[in-house]
Amino acid sequence: MGIALQSFATVAEAERALSASGAQYLGGGTLVLRALNEGDVAVEHLVRVTDAAITDIAIDGGRARIGAGVTMTAVARHTGLEAIASAARAVGGPAIRNMATVGGNLFAAAPYGDFAVALLALDATVETGGADRPIEAFLADRAAGKSSPIVTSVSFALPPPGSFRFRKVSRVKPKGVSVLSIAAVIETAEDGRVLAARIALGCMAPRPMRAKAAEAALAGQPMTEQGVAAAVAAVAEGIDPITDAIASAWYRAEVLPVHLRRLLLE
Amino acid sequence: MPKVPVQFTLNGEEKAEFVDSGATLLKALRDKIGDHSPKGGCHQGTCGACSVLVDGELKLSCLVLAETCQGASVTTAAGLAENGVLHPLQRAFIDGFAAQCGFCTPGMLMAAKSLLDRVPNPTRDDVVEAISGNICRCTGYEPIIQAVLTAARANSQNAA
Repeated sequence: MGIALQSFATVAEAERALSASGAQYLGGGTLVLRALNEGDVAVEHLVRVTDAAITDIAIDGGRARIGAGVTMTAVARHTGLEAIASAARAVGGPAIRNMATVGGNLFAAAPYGDFAVALLALDATVETGGADRPIEAFLADRAAGKSSPIVTSVSFALPPPGSFRFRKVSRVKPKGVSVLSIAAVIETAEDGRVLAARIALGCMAPRPMRAKAAEAALAGQPMTEQGVAAAVAAVAEGIDPITDAIASAWYRAEVLPVHLRRLLLE
Repeated sequence: MPKVPVQFTLNGEEKAEFVDSGATLLKALRDKIGDHSPKGGCHQGTCGACSVLVDGELKLSCLVLAETCQGASVTTAAGLAENGVLHPLQRAFIDGFAAQCGFCTPGMLMAAKSLLDRVPNPTRDDVVEAISGNICRCTGYEPIIQAVLTAARANSQNAA
């Protein structure tokens, strides 16, 4: 049976079309068409939005707003987003980055969705149905299987220079699927002690999660071997890593503290 | 199966076809138009064998709907040679034994072309990154990397 593609000029029209049974939103296609090629029979028609506004990037007053249809390539090349370019470059190869979108990454189940890990560390908000929702609440709803209106953009405060750290660990060099990914925004005082830390983990649950115990353990500490030790010891609290062809849950849990330590001390 | 019309430029030639609704660009190119240069490897976005340029951007034709290419300019490996003269990348691949079974080669060529179109004098690291989404099970990659670097040097000498 053929899959019908419906294109709409506005998000509102697409929203209405999505209420039909068997309808699926199509962004960059790297998740949805992949599933179709694999034999996903639940999808009968695809709905896409052609409004150019969903591919806008706006930087204003220290905040960035990235349209849901912006590709990883566009994020990596934008001069105003240099601070987080490393996370966009970590996604796929060049062709995938030319297709995969910021909005779609929020819906990528582990081991994919490395950019969403960065967005979680940035404490982004997700614009869905005209309202900005905290990304943690958005991801929690996703985990609970709740559907949301079409995601139109994400926004976040640009991290202070040098405060954003990102690491994707793969077995294949230079690029491969994640064993795990870690994103962190760490703000330090003049004396080098940590004022505030947000640490997000990929592949440690079906969706990106915050390492809140490690964040708490890092507060007030200097970024030294001794200072980060408590955070490294606490990072596995609450994790439930995935097992797949890349790595077992056991392996992922074993190497997580090692990579967090390296990220914090780099 | 419902059919939908799609019209785009393929390697400089206008194409107008009725394709199955929901058909991928890869399927339209291979099964409808008869351009067999893009290969269907994994159909999962993992292997890169189906890589083509759509409006100058490297895309995986197995994950692009043909209908979304309406009005676009599509370039495949079959369009690289001009007037019977191989593209410098193709020449370098042959001279450098960068193809063994050849299945990955069209995708490798398009990924490399996409790099050289933006970065005419790439470093080795640039080349490694550019083909990082393309899998080759024969060569061990080294001859491919060298071929791309050789083609880049040939290009810049011609331009000088």
